Parts: sequence; structure tokens; C-alpha cells
Amino acid sequence: MADTSQAAQAATKWRKKRGSLIMALHEIQDVKGYVDWQDAVDLAKGMNIPLARIYEVLTFYNFFKLKAPGKAVISVCTGTACYLKGNDKVLEKFKSELGINEGESTKDGLFHLQCVRCVGCCGLAPVCVVNGKTYGRMTPENVPEILNEWREAFKED
Amino acid sequence: MADIDLEKRFDIHEIAKNKLAEIEKFVCNIYCCHSTGCKSSGSDDILELIKNIVSEHQLEDKVRVVATGCMGLCAQGPLIRVEVGGQKDVLFKRVNLDAVKDIMLKYVIPALKAQGTQKIPADLERYMLSLELPFFTKQEKVVLKNAGHMDPEDIAEYIARGGYLALEKALKTMTPAQVVDEIKRSGLRGRGGGGFSTGMKWELAAKVPTVDEKFIICNGDEGDPGAYMDRSILEGDPHAVIEGMMIAAYAIGATEGWFYVRAEYPLAVERLEKAIKACKKNRLLGNNIMGTDFCFNVDIRLGAGAFVCGEETALIHSIEGARGTPRPRPPYPTNKGLWEKPSCVNNVETLANVSKIMLKGADWFASFGTETSKGTKVFALTGQVEHSGLIEVPMGTTINEIVNEIGGGVPTGKHLKAVQTGGPSGGVIPKEYMNMPVCYEELKKVGSIMGSGGMIVIDDSSDMVSLAKFYLDFTVDESCGKCAPCRIGGRQMLALLDKINRGKGKKKDLELLKKIAFAMQKASLCGLGQTAPNPVLSTLKFYENEYITKLVDGNLKDEEN
Repeated sequence: MADTSQAAQAATKWRKKRGSLIMALHEIQDVKGYVDWQDAVDLAKGMNIPLARIYEVLTFYNFFKLKAPGKAVISVCTGTACYLKGNDKVLEKFKSELGINEGESTKDGLFHLQCVRCVGCCGLAPVCVVNGKTYGRMTPENVPEILNEWREAFKED
Repeated sequence: MADIDLEKRFDIHEIAKNKLAEIEKFVCNIYCCHSTGCKSSGSDDILELIKNIVSEHQLEDKVRVVATGCMGLCAQGPLIRVEVGGQKDVLFKRVNLDAVKDIMLKYVIPALKAQGTQKIPADLERYMLSLELPFFTKQEKVVLKNAGHMDPEDIAEYIARGGYLALEKALKTMTPAQVVDEIKRSGLRGRGGGGFSTGMKWELAAKVPTVDEKFIICNGDEGDPGAYMDRSILEGDPHAVIEGMMIAAYAIGATEGWFYVRAEYPLAVERLEKAIKACKKNRLLGNNIMGTDFCFNVDIRLGAGAFVCGEETALIHSIEGARGTPRPRPPYPTNKGLWEKPSCVNNVETLANVSKIMLKGADWFASFGTETSKGTKVFALTGQVEHSGLIEVPMGTTINEIVNEIGGGVPTGKHLKAVQTGGPSGGVIPKEYMNMPVCYEELKKVGSIMGSGGMIVIDDSSDMVSLAKFYLDFTVDESCGKCAPCRIGGRQMLALLDKINRGKGKKKDLELLKKIAFAMQKASLCGLGQTAPNPVLSTLKFYENEYITKLVDGNLKDEEN
């Protein structure tokens, strides 16, 4: 029951502080990678907040994920600088290489593809981030290389 | 009650003196840019390698290695700046591990012995970036004074560079009303985009009596795509923002402060957390600050990826742990804000200006800029420009100076078409207006806005209809859905743009676009909806031809329709 305790722990930590629901949700997602229905139920109980309130907040903010993403989360920046420098072509390449659309995960559970608003490295545009590692000056040709790099990394695990 | 013992234990003058003496002992300083941009290009490994080489050669007492905030020229990162006693400062660009090794072994270490006569080996010249470039010489750093020159995680270094002196001056020699007056006289206006007079906002907030609580909130929800000024300030000089907030709190009588920062900025959050911890440890936050009666505490709350939370009432809802939807104003937050208590919301860059104004005076600050826009402004200069990066210029600098001199112009082979400011709430400024000075009023005149500081250079390969659609796509996606004009209007405008882009549009669609835009501007609840049509209207105004050529009946005369 490690997952339930995560929500319970977050509830205990934040219960007494003001304006802390979003912080508690962040804390769960930081550890688990997502916040699911059961977490919301546990958090509601632990923080004494109506479940409906938690769920409306959870679904309003697009930072929170309701389902487990793939092991490697690929974030393609769609900020203005990246848009102007052609990141849409990079996104298309990721889609065709992985056979998924944005917001989806591959069947083997390895990759999750998402678009994000500006990651703030506009000087390196176009930019992609995979599990916190930033790849600057992207071209569609780099895409297979990056995917292989992560496939290799997971093989070693 | 002033606690004299503790005040003695923590004297900022003493700390400054000790730190300066410590720094002076070193004959060489190596500054490594350690902000998000350069970290993305590998500055962590570079920093480690430099430290290793320094310790291998037992140079720890001679060479100081400093991980700094943003140096500005992000496109050329990772950047390192080397200061060796007697030599000119040298800036190295796009360094990798091999280059760093060479720089250390072939330049830094020999230079330590050479006493000012060491030349840079020829094979390292390609990594050099002249500090005489207009990119560096044309800027005026007020807010970014410390970023790139010190370790943002070391409170002593901030203090050694004059930090918290402004707070001391305010707390010990001025009344809150005098502080408000100083800021008002300086002409500082909100740097988040609205441009409301900061002094006036403080005056309004100060007038509301503090019954039990009053809040000061720092808006660090920088959601504008293509802008990263606030992130860089928080990463490069977090104490400056905290100090500004403390002075604001003293001026308006706030009891508690809140930082609201995007969750997408983990490094900024981490540095801010560390800075707050250091303040608490040194009793710069808490009760009886600096031995006075002033008591103040701060906390951080994270955003969660909602652009609308940059709007102050939505931001307040988000801190309260609710959906980030705006509400009608009045009542303004200065009367009824966070948990219905009076609250003053200021942007990161606005607060970062405060300590400088307090130390150097309102007149000094007002000496920069134009009649109505005072001081400097930080811009994230990006897009199709040679020197993409973070810059700070006096208000009133022309767009031409920013793009062509500081930015080094558009890359060869391409031509400048326009500059976009204000992100999804702003508009385009065609190249014919390049001599326009950048200030709140002038930008408004051509249908754009100052915004938070994103400045995107567009070359002639970009199609303006697609660009307008890109921005509208963003605002439609980010609309919170609370009010109908924004929720429905945005979607309808987007459908029309899509139709035009697919070559199915008709002339009457352009009229319809303008009509919906007008309704959204007049009737939307918050700034997001009111300004969402700007990118469409401004491209229609200056580049109507690009729309017309895409229409089915674009070439037909009206009567043939």
C-alpha cells in the first residue's frame, strides 16, 4: 500500500498549513509521477477536504497527471521561440517514430509524449526535455538518436 | 521588543566586511553560468571539472569557482568568465569539457604565474566572446546587476554586494509612508505587463487598515511562452526579490508574504527556498527583524501549469487551493484578496527593482527611461536573432537598438519582418516601426503591449496568419472557461482562422473576426480574454494582405461576391 501512504503522508504534512492543497498534490506527483483517483480519495480523507474539490483542482491544472506516464516523459516545447524555429516538425517525428499522439504513452510503457509551454531555454530553441534532461537545437534527425539513448538506458536497469 | 543580543550577532555590515575580505584573498575568480539555459547545455559537469582541476593543482586558496545566475547570452552557453589578477576579464562561450580543461591548463594556471602578461593560446580563441560586443556594452543592468556575478545561493555574497542595506535603511531611518513616497516618486510601474504605478498600488494597500492580517504576494507565474525574465531573476538573485518584498511589506503593513512560482521552474523554486532558509537562519525573516519592531514571514506556493493564474484574482484562488479562475474586480485584492484579507500583488521584476530605488533614490531611478516609463526593463530576446538571450535596457531604447545592435540582427540570409512583444496578449510591431522607443505608451499606440518582457524576433519566412493562430491556440487552450466571451469567442475566432488557413475563408470572415474580437475585448472577465484577440487584430492591421491572399474570394471585387 505504498501509494496510499504517499497521499496520507502528504496530507499529514500539509493538513495544518494554509493554501496547501496544490502543494500536497505536487508532493504526491513528485514521488509517484501521477495522482490517481485513490490518491484523491486518500487526500480528501487526510486533509478533510471534499473529494469533489480535490478532483476539480486536479483536473483544472494541466501539470497534474491522472494516469501513470511512460518511464521516459518526452516534453516537446511549444513556446513561441521553439515554434518559430520549427519544433512542430520535431513533434511530428516523435509521433511517427513512436506511433502515438501527444498526451499518449507507448504500449511498452517506455515513452510518454507531451507538449509543454515554454521551458524557458529559448536561447537553445527548438528544445525537448526527456525526464529532466534538456536537448537543445533539435532537428527531426536527432529524434531516433534520443529515443535510442533512452532505450539503452532502460536496458541497463 | 528589540533583541539587542541577536542584532549584534547578525550585523550585515560585519558580514559584508568578512565576505569581502575573504573574496579579496583570491587572485582568480572563475564564474560559471549555472542557470537553466546553461545547465541544459551541460554546465553542471563543467563546474565539477573546474573544481576538480583546481583541487588537483592545490589552488583552492588562489582560485575561487563561483556558480552564478544567468549571464545573459543563453544561445552561446555554457558560458564561463575568467578573472585573473592583472589580466582583462575573458568570457568563453559554448565550452565543452575538453575546452574547459585547455582553458584551465593553458590559460588560467599559467596566468596565475604570469602576473598579467599571459596570452590566450590561439586554439582557444574560437571559444572567446568579446565583452566589448554591443550585447554587453549597450545594456544597463539594474535588476540583473548581480546575476552572473555572484553565487545566488550565498547570502553573504549578496550582502557583500550591498544586499539588505536598503531594508536596513527603510526599517531604521524611514517611516512606511516615506517608503511609499520614494517608490511613487521613482515612477516604477508594474513589470508584469499591466504597468500600474507600484507606488500607487502600495499607497492603496497601505491605506486599508490591517485588522489581523495583510498580505504581500509575489507573482512569479510567468506563463508567457518565450519569456523567462522572472525565472532568471529568481535563479540569479533571489535575495533581491525577497528584500524587495520585505520593503514592500514594511511600507504597506503586511504581516506575511507569499511567493507564487511556476512548478515548471524547479531551479528557481529551489534557489528561492534556499534563500528564504538563509534569511530565517540569519533572522532576516521572523520577529523583530534587524532589531526593529518589524515582523514578517514568507512562504512559497507553486503553480501547476495554468496560464490564467498570472491574473491576480486567479492567482489568489490558486494559492487558496482552488481552481485558478478569476473573479470580477472591484473589490480589488488591495481591499479583499487572499482569504478575503487585503493583499498586494507585485511581479518578480517589480520587487527586484525596489531595493535599488531605496538605496540610490527615486531621482536616480527616474533618470533612466522616458517621461512616463522610468527605469530599465528586462527582456527575453528570442526567435530569429543572432544573440538570443536575457537583456536589460533603459526604457525608451529603440527596437532597432535592441534587435540589431544588442541582438546582433537577424541571422544572415534572412530578413527582419517584425518583432512581437507581450506574448499571447500582445501584438506585432512591423519593421517600419523599428525606431520606436520601447515604453508602455508607444507600444500601446501600435496595438501591442509591454507585457512581461518577451520580445520575439520574426523573419520574413514566417507567415503571420499562422503566427496569430499559434497565439490564439494558446489562449483558447488556457482559457479557464468561466466567462462566455472568452470561452466561446476564442473558440469561434480560432475556427475562423483555421478556415482561412485551409484556404476556405471568405472576406466576410475577416469582418466576423473583428466583431468577435471587439466583443471579447469589451466583455471578458479578465485580462486573458480581453487581450486574447490582440495577436489577431494586430496582424490583421499590419498584414491584412497575408490574410486576403488566403481567402477564396480574396482577389474578387466586392460586387462580384
